[in-house]
Amino acid sequence: MGDYFVLIISCIFVNNILLAQFLGNCPFFGTSKKMETAVGMAMAVIFVLVMAGVITWMIYHFLLVNLGLTYLRTIAFILVIASLVQFVEMFLKKSIPALYAGLGIFLPLITTNCAVFGACVINIDKEYSFMQALVASFSYAVGFGLALILFAGVRERILLARVPRPLQDTSIALVTAGIISLSFYAFKGMV
Amino acid sequence: MAKSITHEFVKGLWEEVPPFRLVLGLCPVLGVTTKMQYGIGMGLATTFVLVCSNILVSMLRKAIPAKVRIACFIIIIATFVTLVELLMQAFAYPLFLQLGIFIPLIVVNCIVLGRAEAFASKNGIFLSVADGLGIGIGFTLSLAALGALREILGAGTLTLWEGIELVNLLHVFPGFHPFKFMVQAPGAFVCLGIMLCFMNMVGKK
Repeated sequence: MGDYFVLIISCIFVNNILLAQFLGNCPFFGTSKKMETAVGMAMAVIFVLVMAGVITWMIYHFLLVNLGLTYLRTIAFILVIASLVQFVEMFLKKSIPALYAGLGIFLPLITTNCAVFGACVINIDKEYSFMQALVASFSYAVGFGLALILFAGVRERILLARVPRPLQDTSIALVTAGIISLSFYAFKGMV
Repeated sequence: MAKSITHEFVKGLWEEVPPFRLVLGLCPVLGVTTKMQYGIGMGLATTFVLVCSNILVSMLRKAIPAKVRIACFIIIIATFVTLVELLMQAFAYPLFLQLGIFIPLIVVNCIVLGRAEAFASKNGIFLSVADGLGIGIGFTLSLAALGALREILGAGTLTLWEGIELVNLLHVFPGFHPFKFMVQAPGAFVCLGIMLCFMNMVGKK
């Protein structure tokens, strides 16, 4: 159990997928202007990343390794993620319309979210077992959501501040992200 | 207005240079620029994928049905990314190890997909090549600039390629203490933010 605890802490804080590994930064800056969109994106990522992490792990270990096709990993994973997102979208629309309305526009965006693809590749590169891959995927997704929501909260306050003209918008957002990243950096000694 | 090849090429170098003008594809920009050399390597790999996928997308633009075009583009891009991955493993293994996960991640780089969707699927082959080369070289230069800034401040050196060191501040000023913050994760965000601020200052009259 202790191992899993370390894994969870390291995936959420120390190796935070947004702030330490630099994966998924486009939605990080794109959807963090409002709290509402940030929460939507965070939920959608948690939902899809866990499923994608588990499915790509199974495809890699049961299909690609057995057939000796591991070099096709990139193509296989992106296809799996793209079709998974499409499938989840159709499924939610039909059976859980309330959730679909909430996640709505964020689902298709996830196909090109490198956090999802990156986490799947990391799971394979680090040679995680099935359970580890499952826990790691979930923790990465939670870390993504945490950083995104924190960042959105700060950004909403920045809107009220007076920022010098050249620094406005993305520029100040990047500097802010740097400072948040610094606070996550403090966890480095823990694991 | 007729689009000229030179115009499509040049716009990628300043007018629409990613990641500054188009804030896309930030992950590799932040992730690999701890050294100038890695920035250049990453930029060249992305340029290769960008040009090849632009060529293929533009050749097939009349054959690909509009409804499944994104999926088709992604498969085309993924093919070339796999190609780059295998080529780098064969010929530039140390660089491949350093760039690590960011090579397969070119698949989900919004710049590549964005150019396929916004440009190559609507224009001829030569224009698409010019566009891909322009944006690719612009991207490489931005990565190299950010990498150079972070490396010189954070480590005091400037490496153009494996083993070719341009400057070493530690030799020039023996008392120089590298500003380690710059090569660590938070420094990447701050550095890019400040560079963007300078771009805005120069760009706006």
